[in-house]
Amino acid sequence: MIVAERKPFDEIKHMVSGYKKVLTVGCGTCVAVCLAGGSKEAETLNAELNLAFGKDGPEFGSDTVERQCDMEFLAALDAKVGGYDAIISMACGAGIQFLAERFPGKPVFPAVNTSFIGVNLDVGWYEEKCRACGSCVLGMTGGVCPVTLCAKSLFNGPCGGTNQGSCEIDKDQPCAWYQIHGRLAAQGRLDRIIEISSPNDWSNQKPRKVIQPGYGERVKSLGR
Amino acid sequence: MKSGSNLERILKAGHFAFTGEVGPPRGANVEALREKVAHLKGNVDMANITDNQTAMVRMSSWAAAMICMQEGVEPNFQMVCRDRNRLAMQADILGAYAHGIRNMLCLSGDHQQFGDHPQSKGVFDLDSMQLIGMVKKMRDEGKFLGGADIDVPPKIFIGAAANPFAEPFEWRVHRLAKKVAAGADFVQTQCVFNMERIRAWVRQANDMGLTDRVAILPGITPMKSVGMAKYMKNKVPGMDVPDGIIKRLQGVDKKKVADEGIRIACEQIEEFKEMKGVAGVHLMAIEWEHKVPEIAERAGVLPRPEV
Repeated sequence: MIVAERKPFDEIKHMVSGYKKVLTVGCGTCVAVCLAGGSKEAETLNAELNLAFGKDGPEFGSDTVERQCDMEFLAALDAKVGGYDAIISMACGAGIQFLAERFPGKPVFPAVNTSFIGVNLDVGWYEEKCRACGSCVLGMTGGVCPVTLCAKSLFNGPCGGTNQGSCEIDKDQPCAWYQIHGRLAAQGRLDRIIEISSPNDWSNQKPRKVIQPGYGERVKSLGR
Repeated sequence: MKSGSNLERILKAGHFAFTGEVGPPRGANVEALREKVAHLKGNVDMANITDNQTAMVRMSSWAAAMICMQEGVEPNFQMVCRDRNRLAMQADILGAYAHGIRNMLCLSGDHQQFGDHPQSKGVFDLDSMQLIGMVKKMRDEGKFLGGADIDVPPKIFIGAAANPFAEPFEWRVHRLAKKVAAGADFVQTQCVFNMERIRAWVRQANDMGLTDRVAILPGITPMKSVGMAKYMKNKVPGMDVPDGIIKRLQGVDKKKVADEGIRIACEQIEEFKEMKGVAGVHLMAIEWEHKVPEIAERAGVLPRPEV
């Protein structure tokens, strides 16, 4: 899932000061699971804003949609948005942009910083696992991502800075290549990394689109 | 000859190579750089010119390498993967070669978090293995990484680094093998303090036939003080300083610690001269360049052969 963190309160407050009616829109999927931008967090933010601005501040309303990254769910806000002069989005960067695209006449402000694609280790505890590099090597690396979990994104590690199983940048950060070696050794598959891994194809690091097989015609008919 | 560099000729002639190192200044202080290089002149076969080492901004390694060359010492142009993408790397390799640089050391580079610009974006477009392969492709095939022909390819003697002391130890010789397969002509190691480890590693490299294909130059760093030894043991990732070294430095009179450090270094060099599979040593006298003539003298590596 996508993991996000709420922005510092003062930054959010500064963005919306001067507006009269502000709609805070939560998102019910990833950011709700990671406790950053679901309906509960939207209510909490509004309560804090009301307290901070006092009587003369903006009037805050709230609503939460299932997914802000889906126009179908954003349509539910159409009737409501007209009554507000600014919107706070608590979705990830994708959701914020789709919301802004749906309501191009309204200023849209982000209330969270989108952090990473990660996993849920425990309530409130998440870890990055994927950089969405677009050319997955997990089959070669024993299911440990060197692009994400090696601080240098090396394809032929471990480097000389590996430190008794830790990364040179931090004792508490495991060395991804140490883990890759360990897992492949245990599986008897070290042959997978004995070959030199050639330079990676980063050419996908520009705005990307995915159209699944069989959906090309439909996309064309939508004119997008 | 792959490059005709002095180091390549020394190794080809079968001499025990002796290389040094110079860190470029934190500014455009050419005089300070010339003075550092002067201590190495005639005492080493080649001097590594570090590339923004420990991720601190310094005079660029190719520019400092040219000044080093003007002072009569052959440079080893270090290049890290942290600061350049593959376009900038290839452009700098061509430029360095055009100005007479004939040796390169291909490195990953310390993570940018350690330096004076921790906010910077680490590039790491290629890793060190892939950089070695790219330089080889440019030299031997006359082609850019992208596949196009190079109009006058750069004939570079290709260096790589190895750390025989980092875990997992059994993988280290295989990583060396990967660097050799990628195209490394010579390898300079992390500073050696644990002789037992390096003996085992060189033996593995011998057994795998690697030392017939690559010149191995163990790294030598004389300890200046007990504090330095402790710092390297505890604070520098990938460094292996046995307690015996620290005890030995603690065992001499305070005024004699640096001298003892040099003595340990010279003993190591003596052993490496006799070790099968070792082609020379690389002296990293960190901010101690003025001691290089004395160390070279005491290590019995002077005069340097003319080839």
